Amino acid sequence: MILEYTIAALLVIAGFFGLVGSVGLLKLPDQMTRLHAPTKATTLGVGGVLIASMLYFYGIEGTISFHELMITLFLFLAAPITAFFIARVQLRNHVAERDLPKPERSGTRWAGHIGQDSAAD
Amino acid sequence: MLRKLFPHPLLTLVLTAVWVMLVNVLTLNALVFGLILGTIVPLVTAAYWPDRPKLRNPLKIIEYILVVLWDICVANVQVAAIILFKRNADLSPAWVSIPLELRTPEAITILAGTITMTPGTVSSDLSEDGASLLVHCLHAPDPKATARDIKSRYERRLKEIFE
Repeated sequence: MILEYTIAALLVIAGFFGLVGSVGLLKLPDQMTRLHAPTKATTLGVGGVLIASMLYFYGIEGTISFHELMITLFLFLAAPITAFFIARVQLRNHVAERDLPKPERSGTRWAGHIGQDSAAD
Repeated sequence: MLRKLFPHPLLTLVLTAVWVMLVNVLTLNALVFGLILGTIVPLVTAAYWPDRPKLRNPLKIIEYILVVLWDICVANVQVAAIILFKRNADLSPAWVSIPLELRTPEAITILAGTITMTPGTVSSDLSEDGASLLVHCLHAPDPKATARDIKSRYERRLKEIFE
């Protein structure tokens, strides 16, 4: 009984965070801030479903299920790389180099802006 | 001899574990087949791993994973609160340049990934000499403090693991 409530609660929490991630995607003002909502709020969303799934199979079906851990692993590999790609394209095409803080060592540039005309600086 | 058969022992372990998790049953059958894959794949791909990072302190990885998982939970709640309760006008997004002390490419990759997964920050670019990381913050009234947090919380631990 308690187990069922726990699983239900985890699913509701997961659904809530998934929803918030999507709301953020609609609400936040520009491309870069919008990138924050789906990369974070959804991690707990997916995580909650996966923990609920493992609990369900262990507590109610009586079998041990752990390939949910693989989904977590793939998510943790894929999410930062996707976010990085989107951020990089946004940086290169829509953000001027002068609007960014300088890299620590003077004379160096951000890799994403190399090969672009720096005359705008 | 053992070194020749298992050029990358850690990769062998990871591949075996991944196989067992994919099959989703812990039987001798799955374990043996996983081990076979874990032997063949590193042998075939050895040419693509010219220099692999040495782990100076493998046990610290567990501590690092726990810290990051906890931060991800906190980050989710914080970002959700910002999305739901903060007006867009009150938001102060900022770019931060973080000076890196890490030199190992693998360690920098992990740091960049961690930054993206945790509180209101997305790593966006690396400087051409690999010595600074460009990070975008969703809400950072004090960008300097954010940079300091990242350095003391994640970079210091990664440095202990890798260098």
